[in-house]
Amino acid sequence: MKSRSPAAGELLGLQPNGSPIAGPRRHVLDLDDFTTSEIRNVLESAKGMSEVLGRDIKKVPALRGRVIVTLFYEASTRTRISFEEAGKVLSADVINMSSSGSSTEKGESLLNTGLTIQAMGVDVIVIRHPHSGAPYLLARCLDRVGIINAGDGIHAHPTQALLDLYTVNEKFGTLEGLKLVIVGDVMHSRVARSNIWGFARMGARVVLCGPSTLLPLDMLQGREKLGHDHPLASVEVDTDLDRAIEGADIVMALRLQSERQNAGFLPSLREYIRRWQVNDARLGRARDGALVMHPGPMNEGIEISSSIAHGDRAVIEQQVTNGVAVRMALLYHLSGVQPSAPELGDTVKDHSDGR
Amino acid sequence: MAGSAKASPLLIRGARVIDPARGMDRVADVLVRDGQIASVTPHTTEATPDGVQVIEAAGMVVCPGFIDIHCHLREPGLEYKETIYTGSRAATKGGFTTVCAMPNTEPPIDNAAMVGLVRQRATTDALSRVFPIGCVTKGRRGKELAEMGELADAGVVAFSDDGDPVEDPNLMRLALTYSADLGLAISNHCQDMSLSYGGVMAEGRVASMLGLPGIPAAAEESMMARDIALAGLTGGRVHLAHLSTAGSVSLVRQARERGIAVTAEVCPHHLTITDDWVLGRQTLADGVATPFSYDTCTKVYPPLRSEEDVEALAQGLNDGVIDCIATDHAPHERVSKEVTYQDAAFGISVLETALASSLTLVHESRISLPALVERLTSGPARVLGPRFQPLATLSPGTPADIVIFDPVREWVVDSGGFESMGKNTPLQGVTLKGRVVATLVDGHIVYEDGENG
Repeated sequence: MKSRSPAAGELLGLQPNGSPIAGPRRHVLDLDDFTTSEIRNVLESAKGMSEVLGRDIKKVPALRGRVIVTLFYEASTRTRISFEEAGKVLSADVINMSSSGSSTEKGESLLNTGLTIQAMGVDVIVIRHPHSGAPYLLARCLDRVGIINAGDGIHAHPTQALLDLYTVNEKFGTLEGLKLVIVGDVMHSRVARSNIWGFARMGARVVLCGPSTLLPLDMLQGREKLGHDHPLASVEVDTDLDRAIEGADIVMALRLQSERQNAGFLPSLREYIRRWQVNDARLGRARDGALVMHPGPMNEGIEISSSIAHGDRAVIEQQVTNGVAVRMALLYHLSGVQPSAPELGDTVKDHSDGR
Repeated sequence: MAGSAKASPLLIRGARVIDPARGMDRVADVLVRDGQIASVTPHTTEATPDGVQVIEAAGMVVCPGFIDIHCHLREPGLEYKETIYTGSRAATKGGFTTVCAMPNTEPPIDNAAMVGLVRQRATTDALSRVFPIGCVTKGRRGKELAEMGELADAGVVAFSDDGDPVEDPNLMRLALTYSADLGLAISNHCQDMSLSYGGVMAEGRVASMLGLPGIPAAAEESMMARDIALAGLTGGRVHLAHLSTAGSVSLVRQARERGIAVTAEVCPHHLTITDDWVLGRQTLADGVATPFSYDTCTKVYPPLRSEEDVEALAQGLNDGVIDCIATDHAPHERVSKEVTYQDAAFGISVLETALASSLTLVHESRISLPALVERLTSGPARVLGPRFQPLATLSPGTPADIVIFDPVREWVVDSGGFESMGKNTPLQGVTLKGRVVATLVDGHIVYEDGENG
């Protein structure tokens, strides 16, 4: 036993080295299983999608006849609208479902809801759920539908990380060798977890910063076992933001939920602001032209000062814009359609649908 | 219990007979007559007298039936998870002839009438011996003591609020003091509810990567240290349930050195698999999650922990710091597990894999076979008290509770074939080595290779 069973691997459909059998991607669950070349492909096609979004008539027929359901068990504005817009621009039919006002309120389980949606012939389910691993449950149990994780608990938010990678890559033309400081409640941040994988995989230097009570120090424990070329091997931790931010190319501030103070993670918001707020004085220590990012929604004046949030270093709105393009690229990749110029190039002739 | 009709004498011939209570380990013939062990004699191939049924058992191990001092049979109230009937069939298939049922039923076993119900079902429905464990506190609420004297008179074999700890240290102290003269152990599920709050798996690298709330080792160890101190204070009989951390093993070891009499158990899963199994049953070297991550069948309290903890537990079992193996068999219905990891119920269906899992330690030379058998027979009997000794030996004149197992036969776990209603095992599809061939209770064959007799 103890993972030594030869039968286990076959059962899991894994190759002896433990990596999933290669094939076209069916699910986007996290960035941990994305290779650098796959990430580059997504960023590349997102560039094309961005061009579509810049047109007068934002509609191409690429996913006509495909059905996407957004299944959200948590409140969301930007992610949900972003997926909906992405699907619609590509001419997919997008159906939004939220836990309130649906069969979930009658006690239907996540799995049964998933099976029901699958039975309707849906192609892709975009799911957000307050519990880590919920999209994995669907991916394991549904066999005819692709799953995109739009945020699961404190685990992962791969599409956010991809749009962050896209945004940085667009500004700097590269990701390799850049210094990214992620500051704040890293422990409870799915955005941070996915970004750690994504940026580290692409060769950026990732530094996690925040109060020790809010850093996922366990994640880095025993990582020497993973080998020195593993993405997590190079991740650094520094609780002192003034020091961590020195020479940073990108500063990513995370949302600080006010509940953290009541739960004892912090003495007070005041102390948090004094020690970890991204503000002008601190940003002065970063490299000239450093970018400031935030996954939103912001607590302006807490984790980020108003002047920074709305200053010229912030790319927070670009992040939102790019989110649509990146999600278009992912939906397109999952559809199994190989990118071909004519499909993307021609705006839909018949404007009657979707308008 | 099995029927009482007189059966012909039975000779189990040529097996390796291990009877730890008597220090026996040799090839021998075991004769069973009138439900009792008649004799254990050096093996011969002489013809047997007429009318004696013979089981040829060369290559097999024969030992006293296993005793599980910690399982959940779910009856009454939770019969959709398990019943005394199905649970006892699972037990005998796993080689257990005696099981002790935890009282976290609905309602809980906190009064004599409920004890009577379980004992009555044990008589009418069970293939194995089933003994009830009674609550420490009324309704398992941790506020007032249950009527421990009356529970003892009614036939409980230990006390526990299992599933929940006795949180209030003073109430635990009083329970130990009050029950000291009853001669029964209080088995405590050590879990500091503040430290473990919201946790669903072991705190550590895997939990952090999967974004699952962790349970620190200190949640177990802090209460274990408390209970050891209370055992020293009161002289009461503390039994520490399901140790899962290296630190807990050290605490028990220190207690013994200080002369504090506590007993301790460990579960087969904590001896063999780690929290890596939550990420995927293979130890994925790159730490990447797959759709097979978050297997809710790995969710158990206490949680699966690190390789270091597994090593320390195996060490503690080998050197006797841990008295016995207990299954903490916790069957659940499908829907309790077909949910997100956070929503899933804690627990593993263990009875039918316990022996083969535990034998992994023997195959890996981390414990001898006789020592392992001891931890499944006279070890648990010692925790329960002297009157259980006859159920944990092959001494002539004692009840013929016997298990015959093949220590090296390989088989693939398929929970679909479990006798237990609980199909919740993380070992589904895994090849294990070691399988029960037959189980006897009171001299009756209650389980036989593949089908119940």
